[in-house]
Amino acid sequence: MLEHVISSTILSGIMIFNVINLAALHTWLERKQSAVMQDRIGANRAHIGPFRLLGLFHPLADAIKMFFKEDFVPPSGHRVLHTLAPFLSMVFALITFAAIPFGDVLRIGDMEIGLQPANLNIGVLYILAMLSMVVYGVVLAGYSSNNNYAFLGGLRASAQMISYEVTLGLTIMGLVMIYGTLNLQEMIRWQGRLLFGFLPAWGVFMQPLGFLLFLAAGIAETKRIPYDIPEAESEIIGYFTEYSGMKFGMYFFTDYVETILLACMSTALFFGGWQVPFLRSGGFHWGGTLVLGLPHLLVTLMQIGSFTAKVLAFCWFFMLIRWTLPRFRYDQLMKVGWKMMLPLSLANLLATAVILVMVGN
Amino acid sequence: MPVTTKVVKQPNMSFMVRIYFPAIFQGLALTGWHFFRNLTLHILHKFDLFKDVPAAVTYQYPEEKRPLAPRLRSRHRLTKRSNGSPRCVACMMCETVCPAHCIYIVADEHPDPNIEKRPKRFDIDLGICVYCGFCVEACPEDAIRMDTQILDIAAYSREGMYLTMDDLLNPENHGAIVLRDPKRPQPASQ
Ligand code: SF4
Ligand code: SF4
Repeated sequence: MLEHVISSTILSGIMIFNVINLAALHTWLERKQSAVMQDRIGANRAHIGPFRLLGLFHPLADAIKMFFKEDFVPPSGHRVLHTLAPFLSMVFALITFAAIPFGDVLRIGDMEIGLQPANLNIGVLYILAMLSMVVYGVVLAGYSSNNNYAFLGGLRASAQMISYEVTLGLTIMGLVMIYGTLNLQEMIRWQGRLLFGFLPAWGVFMQPLGFLLFLAAGIAETKRIPYDIPEAESEIIGYFTEYSGMKFGMYFFTDYVETILLACMSTALFFGGWQVPFLRSGGFHWGGTLVLGLPHLLVTLMQIGSFTAKVLAFCWFFMLIRWTLPRFRYDQLMKVGWKMMLPLSLANLLATAVILVMVGN
Repeated sequence: MPVTTKVVKQPNMSFMVRIYFPAIFQGLALTGWHFFRNLTLHILHKFDLFKDVPAAVTYQYPEEKRPLAPRLRSRHRLTKRSNGSPRCVACMMCETVCPAHCIYIVADEHPDPNIEKRPKRFDIDLGICVYCGFCVEACPEDAIRMDTQILDIAAYSREGMYLTMDDLLNPENHGAIVLRDPKRPQPASQ
């Protein structure tokens, strides 16, 4: 029991540490990647002594600035809710990571540690539930600010979440039908199989349409361009109009945390999580025979590395999307959500069911 | 007047346009290509390779100045005779033509009897100047020019924007002027 508590604490610590630091790095990635994409150089002036480190000190400078700014609550706003809202968003976004497995079982002596903060057998449902909770912080921010722009932002956020979570859930259902489980760790293990003897059975190969829909709906969930209707700086300033200092920073941060979460989910559900193609416990296999034997620790490390690399690649890809596409108009957003993505995800679900029954027979 | 109406036709969007995805992938391919091209160039530049292919269009401003056109109208200067005195003969042409009324000249007798006058004071208030260049065109002596290519004109006060004859004759002291104490000589009364 004690070992279990200790190992869970350590694993959660590792997870939170990595997620928070990666989210902070996202501010750097955002500046630099957008700059490189647009033939610019990007923020590079913050320095400690003569060291500029490609502008890596800018997140640090941001954090210092945010902490020392005035913490403003509008006099007619609701003081308690206004303070609570960013914490709600942040906490729910962070605890969602509890269900994300970043590696297979690690064996030390005769102790077995599943590399996942909490091995939930309803992991997917848990993630979806927590993800919907994040929007409460956003809606509360709009409500408690007593500002029409913020209120509009909050309303838009809830409308967008409702529209796109349906699609998100339905696309995941297709995978649940194939894998036959809601446990994320089991889903990833399932993806270790091979299709036709050579193609890794990753979700993306079995549900290509589902993957596209999942990505589109997932990006809507992160409230970033092209789905940044709740923020839409140029129309309404956004649900955080009345926020300043670190409370605004937390909303900013939540967006990044959600992006990382989406990257983790896409990796786990569609890209085989920690699976390395042809690598199973013991080493690389080809056609049922062991080609290259590897020690257990190395295999585990390679699997964690594979998960990290995939997540980082997704983070990069989401950044690429964010700096390429313009924002959807509100009516387009609703049209795409309800008239295009929902029917498509339903059709995808139906087709999956039919094929599953045919293959099963 | 009869009411005229104009029928705006909705663009007839094909299926491929309406499903967004092809256009999105085109856009991603374009920005992705720029990303990898520039990233590769940035890395190569670190190793001193392909330095002549720029990876970014940025000028790193204070260290790296943008090349300026030679005819660009920049901060004024007064040209000098071979003995170092100003060419200006205080004819007041520039002061008269200046649309912003920002040139203040006090004329004086010139010691050389062949030259009628010389400026005792020649001040330009850059805080008012509109950089039209009329003063340069009006001058019969080629005594005032706007070819210093100095653009970073900034001061902590309005008085700091006020250039005296000394500043105008020695544009190379520009940096010192910008940082000088805001207590500048008072403008000459017109
Ligand atoms: S540039 Fe135009 S406004 Fe400025 S001093 Fe000359 S004439 Fe006057
Ligand atoms: S027009 Fe030329 S010569 Fe006449 S006062 Fe102005 S600068 Fe001097």
